[in-house]
Amino acid sequence: MALTEERPPLELTSGEEAVVRKPLGVFTRPSDSPGWRSWLTTVDHKKIGIMYGATAMAFFALGGLEALLIRAQLAQPNGQVLDPQVYNQLFTMHGTTMVFLVIMPMLAGFANYLIPLMIGARDVAYPRLNAFSYWVFLFGGLFLYSSFFLGGAPDSGWFNYAPQSGVAYSPGHGIDFWVLGLQITGIASLVGAVNLIVTCLNMRAPGMTLLRMPVFVWMALVAQFLLLFAIPVITVALFLLMFDRLYGANFFVVEAGADPLLWQHLFWIFGHPEVYILILPAFGIVSDVIPTFSRKPLFGYPFMVFSGIAIGFMGWGVWAHHMFASGVGPVSVAAFSLSTMFIAVPTGVKIFNWIGTLWRGKLSFTVAMLFAVGLVSQFTIGGLSGVMHSVAPHDTQQTDTYFVVAHFHYVLFGGSMFGIFSGIYYWWPKIFGHKLSERIGKVHFWLMFAGFNLTFGPMHIVGLQGMPRRTATYPEGMGWDLMNLLETIGSFLIALSFLVWVYNVVRSRKNPHAGADPWDGRTLEWATSSPPPVHNFDVEPTVGHLDEWWHRKYDEDESGRPVRREHYEFLSAVDEVSLGRGGREPQVDTSSIHLPSPSYWPIVIALGLPLISYGLLYTYWLSALGGIMVVGGVVGLGLEPSVDPEAGHDDHGHDDGHGPGPGTDATGEEAELVGVGAGDGATASGDRAGSGERA
Amino acid sequence: MSVSEQTAPPEVVADRADHVPHDAAAPAHHTSTGLSNEKLGMWLFLGSECLLFGGLISAFLLYRSKDVEGMVGPAVGDLYDIPFTSVSSFVLLMSSLTMVLSLSAIQRADHRRARTWLLTTAMLGATFIAGQVYEFTSFVREGLGYTTNLQSSAFYTLTGFHGVHVTIGILMLVSLFVMSLRGRLPAERSETVEIVGLYWHFVDIIWIIIFTLVYLIPA
Ligand code: HEM
Ligand SMILES: [Cu+2]
Repeated sequence: MALTEERPPLELTSGEEAVVRKPLGVFTRPSDSPGWRSWLTTVDHKKIGIMYGATAMAFFALGGLEALLIRAQLAQPNGQVLDPQVYNQLFTMHGTTMVFLVIMPMLAGFANYLIPLMIGARDVAYPRLNAFSYWVFLFGGLFLYSSFFLGGAPDSGWFNYAPQSGVAYSPGHGIDFWVLGLQITGIASLVGAVNLIVTCLNMRAPGMTLLRMPVFVWMALVAQFLLLFAIPVITVALFLLMFDRLYGANFFVVEAGADPLLWQHLFWIFGHPEVYILILPAFGIVSDVIPTFSRKPLFGYPFMVFSGIAIGFMGWGVWAHHMFASGVGPVSVAAFSLSTMFIAVPTGVKIFNWIGTLWRGKLSFTVAMLFAVGLVSQFTIGGLSGVMHSVAPHDTQQTDTYFVVAHFHYVLFGGSMFGIFSGIYYWWPKIFGHKLSERIGKVHFWLMFAGFNLTFGPMHIVGLQGMPRRTATYPEGMGWDLMNLLETIGSFLIALSFLVWVYNVVRSRKNPHAGADPWDGRTLEWATSSPPPVHNFDVEPTVGHLDEWWHRKYDEDESGRPVRREHYEFLSAVDEVSLGRGGREPQVDTSSIHLPSPSYWPIVIALGLPLISYGLLYTYWLSALGGIMVVGGVVGLGLEPSVDPEAGHDDHGHDDGHGPGPGTDATGEEAELVGVGAGDGATASGDRAGSGERA
Repeated sequence: MSVSEQTAPPEVVADRADHVPHDAAAPAHHTSTGLSNEKLGMWLFLGSECLLFGGLISAFLLYRSKDVEGMVGPAVGDLYDIPFTSVSSFVLLMSSLTMVLSLSAIQRADHRRARTWLLTTAMLGATFIAGQVYEFTSFVREGLGYTTNLQSSAFYTLTGFHGVHVTIGILMLVSLFVMSLRGRLPAERSETVEIVGLYWHFVDIIWIIIFTLVYLIPA
């Protein structure tokens, strides 16, 4: 199997002499540049995953700051903290940030880091496109945020309804930034989706059948499929709006006879699958965390997988539940009301499966586990208020009130964010080699849990009392004062808990090394060292079970209880902390493993996109420059072999390749086939012989 | 797929693995599904494109059937030159044939012929684009600009998006042609041609749908 097969159409063919050393004569190919520069050119899925995570957390701080300002304004009736114009910008940017720049990239980061490790691959299917996705996401986010300095941020809400988003009602550039910024991040998501789907389907280690993939991989895969089909729909909506705003088209101009519902349909056909894009991978995370800390296999694995797939399908048939009050007609309302009630069924299946896993398990309440159980409980509350929305007559009372705000925060914060924090505490030792402090982490969890419920719990009440969302003030005497004050206090508790987390992260560098498998994990990522080597595994695993790593460590006695095996083998050289208790290291020579080399082109192409966008708003010269960068970058990427032919002489291609390579005469061949060096890799039992080509 | 894979005992998998060809010249196709990453990626991308065109076509159909009181300018439907567009549609359709011929030629390592057909495909595509440019200009001359009314915005956007897709396809075909001239497209890499072909046929099929829904079926 080609482990990191990537063959853009123009790349050199097998065995040909590689001549393109300095693409366009400008750059020398980055090779083993140490330090920060290696991060700019890296194509390693693990580094890219870390960058996604770090960037998303920075945006999380920004989005949180916006939320605090909103809450400060609403702490008391007739708030004077913010001008209503600014208030509109803040809630728009808050929602847009949290959805598109925090949860989506955070989950993309997990998927990037974990999928190859969990399926026993050396990298994703297209490592350079992977880097490209990250840079496009980053630049798209920065582009969107630059609007604050260029005349004001978008102010029409995260769903940006027409005709309010038209030039007539929103003459500034804010909405333009929104439209173009989301188009840019959409490219990142689409490329990422293709990349990760191909990775899941094509790069699995021998024996890793689809139904042996960890649930996280499955849920991430379903989410990528949703992205694949949802992104083009919002892209259409964004293009139409952009043509309206920039070139005078009429799609949402009511005077010309346009139908504003067109926007609503397009947005929510994207928007509802999008909420599953935000939650399914988080479900996947806790489905891997809960079994580990219950010391039991996941209850009903196939049900978990198929309910996820079912949600993925049904998620396409419920979008108009966001439009019950838009006048779509009684038949539509009835049909979408029913379909929305039905979608709660597979969701409920998951909740029962988690409870079934916890049931009679040997539970250990680590911070990761606390957040996972937090998801199960808090998401359930959000799911229930969702079912209340699905009753259309009920929804006409709730829609556009704080009740809806309470609902989606229970599913997005109590669901997705809790899942993300669970994953952060769980995989931190894998990614960085040491744990986050459990003690500080518990403070973090309980503060966040209390703050979260204090902030969003009361919103149910004021929402049912009719307090409208997206309104900058409310008068006194409505009976909302106390609840709003509590909500504001809660939001500052959440902020405090975030600072506790940051402190935990900063301090954690002093923590002792955690070893390869600190939680006695079940899936393959725990079978390699922490952090894993660039090439992930010294030995390519051959998989015989679901929860393969567990089965390598444990046997069963007659009564079905797990008994630790006397000996089992890690998949990479590990440190001393991990050995003992039967663990051994594989004895293999990894020197002939070649990975794709770092490349400048992803970042160059990605940088072109915001330039094109600025150009559309200000001067076409910028667009031309951006266009040249994109086209030049694509050609450069196409001509450059994915493994630098020179790199084989001194390292493994990856920027931080470990130690001198064998000095092979690398040819274009290696650009395509990078795998376990034949003879040596194959010494491991059952390793797929010759999975990589020899040099 | 998953079910049968699930039931396959691990020995079988290991066995299959032993048959991985060991010679360096073997194509890099040993993936879990047997499809190469590039081809699978292209299929996925085209799946995504279906929804892009689905959205655009829906927007057009919605606005064409809408009765706008006091609509400015002509209706698109009144300006169609069906015989002309039929001919250009036929040209595009034929380009799919030449694309197939080019693929089969390169698979037989008949590079001269492959190049000829590649170039023919690109030329047919360019003819189609020229027809579209002519159509657009004649519509504009008759008073239907991009911003004239709802229908015109939707029409130009939809057909324009398709035109851009064809143009990108032409660029890819020309790149293949140049690669082939420089000897970078040996028969073992015929899959590259196949993948570009997938894209080309897709764009062609989309046009058939657009032609039927937009031009032939009256509002
Ligand atoms: C049990 C499953 C769920 C049901 C039945 C459900 C139902 C609904 C309904 C009917 C609405 C429209 C309320 C209105 O605007 O009047 C709504 C809004 C919303 N839901 Fe859910 N939902 C469910 C799960 C989720 C999940 C898992 C997420 C995200 C992770 C989510 C995120 C949202 C968001 C963001 C909105 C509000 C959008 C906005 O108006 O800005 N929901 N939900
Ligand atoms: Cu929804």
